[in-house]
Amino acid sequence: MTSFVDNLINKKYLEVPTYTPKDFKADIDVRWCAGCGGFSILAQVQRIMPDLGIPKEKIAFISGIGCSSRFPYYMDVYGFHGIHGRALAIASGLKVARPDLSVWVATGDGDCMSIGGNHLIHACRRNVDLNVIMFNNEIYSLTKGQASPLSRVGQKTKSSPLGLLDEPFNPASLALGSGASFVARGYDKDPGQLKYLFDRAAKHKGLALVEVYTNCVIFNDGAFEEYTRRESKFDTTVFLEHQKPLIFGEKRNKGIKFDGYKPVVINIDEGDNSINDVTLHDEKDSALALLLAHMSFEPGLPRPMGVIQAIERPTYDEKVTWQIENEIATKGEPDLNKLLKGSDFWEIN
Amino acid sequence: MDKQFIELESATIRFAGDSGDGMQLTGTQFSDTSAGFGNEVNTFPDYPSEIRAPEGTLYGVSAYQVHFGSKETNTPGDEIDVLVAMNASSLKVNLKHVRKHGLIIANKAGFKDKNLKLAKCETNPLDDGSLKDYQVFAYDINESVRQILEDSGLPSKVIDRTKNLYALGLAYWLFDRPLEPTESWLKKKFGKKPEVLEANLKVLKAGYEFAAINQDMMVRYNIKPAKLEKGTYRNITGNEAVALGLVTAANRAGLPLFLGSYPITPATEILHHLSGYKQYRVKHMQMEDEIGGITSAIGAAYGGALATTSTSGPGLSLKVEAMGLAVMLEIPLVIVDVQRAGPSTGLPTKPEQSDLYMAMWGRHGEAPMPVLCAVSSTDCFDMTIEAARIALKYMTPVILLTDGYLAQGTEAWKIPDVNNIPPIEVNFASDPETYQPYKRDPETLARMWAIPGTPGLEHRIGGLEKENGSGLVSHDAMNHQRMCEIRAEKVARIANDIPLAEIDGPESGEILVISWGSTHGAIKNALASLRAKGRQVSHVSLRYINPLPRNIGEIMEKFDTILLPEMNLGQLKTMLQAKFLKPIIGYNKIQGSTFTAKEIEIKIEELLSAREN
Repeated sequence: MTSFVDNLINKKYLEVPTYTPKDFKADIDVRWCAGCGGFSILAQVQRIMPDLGIPKEKIAFISGIGCSSRFPYYMDVYGFHGIHGRALAIASGLKVARPDLSVWVATGDGDCMSIGGNHLIHACRRNVDLNVIMFNNEIYSLTKGQASPLSRVGQKTKSSPLGLLDEPFNPASLALGSGASFVARGYDKDPGQLKYLFDRAAKHKGLALVEVYTNCVIFNDGAFEEYTRRESKFDTTVFLEHQKPLIFGEKRNKGIKFDGYKPVVINIDEGDNSINDVTLHDEKDSALALLLAHMSFEPGLPRPMGVIQAIERPTYDEKVTWQIENEIATKGEPDLNKLLKGSDFWEIN
Repeated sequence: MDKQFIELESATIRFAGDSGDGMQLTGTQFSDTSAGFGNEVNTFPDYPSEIRAPEGTLYGVSAYQVHFGSKETNTPGDEIDVLVAMNASSLKVNLKHVRKHGLIIANKAGFKDKNLKLAKCETNPLDDGSLKDYQVFAYDINESVRQILEDSGLPSKVIDRTKNLYALGLAYWLFDRPLEPTESWLKKKFGKKPEVLEANLKVLKAGYEFAAINQDMMVRYNIKPAKLEKGTYRNITGNEAVALGLVTAANRAGLPLFLGSYPITPATEILHHLSGYKQYRVKHMQMEDEIGGITSAIGAAYGGALATTSTSGPGLSLKVEAMGLAVMLEIPLVIVDVQRAGPSTGLPTKPEQSDLYMAMWGRHGEAPMPVLCAVSSTDCFDMTIEAARIALKYMTPVILLTDGYLAQGTEAWKIPDVNNIPPIEVNFASDPETYQPYKRDPETLARMWAIPGTPGLEHRIGGLEKENGSGLVSHDAMNHQRMCEIRAEKVARIANDIPLAEIDGPESGEILVISWGSTHGAIKNALASLRAKGRQVSHVSLRYINPLPRNIGEIMEKFDTILLPEMNLGQLKTMLQAKFLKPIIGYNKIQGSTFTAKEIEIKIEELLSAREN
């Protein structure tokens, strides 16, 4: 029996309409605060959509609760504004039921790392083919300024007026430790880099987590300034490029070299070191990815931006499909009457 | 002396032993054989929440009860006619349920000093005269199987493990059952281990033959086949019936089936069964928690699947917020709650009907949901399909309540032909010109299902209040009131689409018994017994709790006294009294076990004699 749903799943598109970013803008006012980092994320997501070659109706955005999670309302595709922390579980069910869809998740550091932390680690280990954008502003904004699991030790917030005692998560380490196949980091003030990262995430088969440093102008303004200001960012961040040396600095004269497992900063223009001593980034090296993710939180070392890891492994949704196909190939087309009958039945005449 | 045959209408046998003694298997074999013989059969497994409790202990007793007859059985039986007790603990735990003068078949090897100590018996009940009111047949079954398999070369551990089949052989002789069904089952199970197979076959037969020739068991019992409708039958548990009901509903609706679930006793078998139906294109996710179970199902429903989540009380508590989301989204979802004794972890393996309030009202905000229940293990199949039909037609989450007793117990089921089950209509939106996310069918008030992949219907939904029609987020005060009223009205109107309540017995009179869910069977048996004594009592068995059948208020008006037995402290009673302002006498048993027919019968007789005085 071919049903309505089967027809949608199996529909063949001879050609996908040509879109512009405007085609993905919903006819609704964006209600974030002026200056919110969310605008930059929204603009870059809308910018990459036309290039994906996916019909609009095959794209769905799922969210949880928080400022980030208003995102689906602003996209003129299918959108689902869920409940706090559950976006990844909702999206996982949707993607498994509908592998034909491009499923995106918009979430925040509270939604994803705190109340939804369990769903995050399990979605990572399953490698459901989802594109997850985590707006990290290191604060709960929609509830007006409490500490999040990514807020910093000592930070004064409405729920930590004397300074925060909790240690934050390192999101990249957490995701890698949970088995995420694609982990990247960017920030709102570099639209070109964001566009590149979203495009990479969209094209990655498997769970792609993009953490975006997103400035909250109201409750945590300037939290990421050292990584995003023109004056400091070249020395505080290193942009990772596959098979290229880990070079950074205003004059691009600093490099990362691994002394055993320990990253050290070397000057490639002075002394005994040259560019040849600098470690090459390898997105497919999961051991290196863990070291780089960890490096983010060590003083004196630059924070890595870009694609930390991108490895391919079978996705959960495709494995579900394979298992079904394999069963049918081995046992034949289903006969429901046979299933109802079971193996131990008897006749009454 | 020749052995004598006594004919009975029905009998109840209980196999009891240690968790590791294979009692579940023995009971299942006895039940399958009796069903195949043509009896009505109803069973209940009773096992501890520990997997392998320490050997010989009172809390490690595992039992399987089979009620079989030439007439309707309806329940696993009130009193035990034959108790097979493999050790002292299993005798001690079950003795109180054995009928006076009932039979006890005891394995003497389980009554040694060590066993007696573990069972906290100061003297051996087999010798101390405490069983004088019963017919006791005590044999050393361990010794018998050792002798039988002396030359088998099998390790003694394997030999000891066959003792349950010896007991089964005895029971088969006692009730004149054929050995073939169990023999062929053994052949399937041990086909690859010929020496083990041969040992098991030998022991089963030896038990049967020993009973035939010994000089203590002089009476055997004959229970004729029941008059069953023509057809193909099988035994089925409530949980398997739910799983099959879901696959069937998806088939009849032309939808893919998705289960999001998390293991929990006594609902887990629904997950076990559905996860094995990959050939039937069933997709499932064993999620990281109960919340993931329901929210993944909501995601799948958003994508156009018949989506379901299965759980028990503690899990239902965790799903509450997501249930509210499904109400707000107006999305089809079947939530199966296999009720167990609570609160908290409670008695995890024991049944109760105490989740009714939570099913009805356990959500924040005004969040009405249809609530259905199944009245027997086989009814779980029909009511699951009904839950799916209502969910899909009215675009609403639906709760189906079963309980641990229906879920784990079995009944003989007349297997339906899928093609005779009516198709379930589904209204997918596809027209971009007229589509509005919250535009409603004027009759059902259901919105249309617009799923991703449908060109031109891109829209946004979510947990925020929606403007009726457009579905845009709305904080308008009057719109919110209107939407709350519409959601309530939508559920209320389902009353026009469900069967009227049927009265079993006179349409008016002295006493009406109302039941919901699994108390149905015991009440039916109690009423049959009362009617045999010339007492007229009526019964309404509810399968729809929200909304209730349209005529239930009218029916209640026609009786002087209404009795409502339920396995809680009066939840449906309170609901019905609040709605119809008619006093109801509650009868509440909250002991982790179902009512017996006898208990109901005594209660009704009390009420009748109170009226007469």
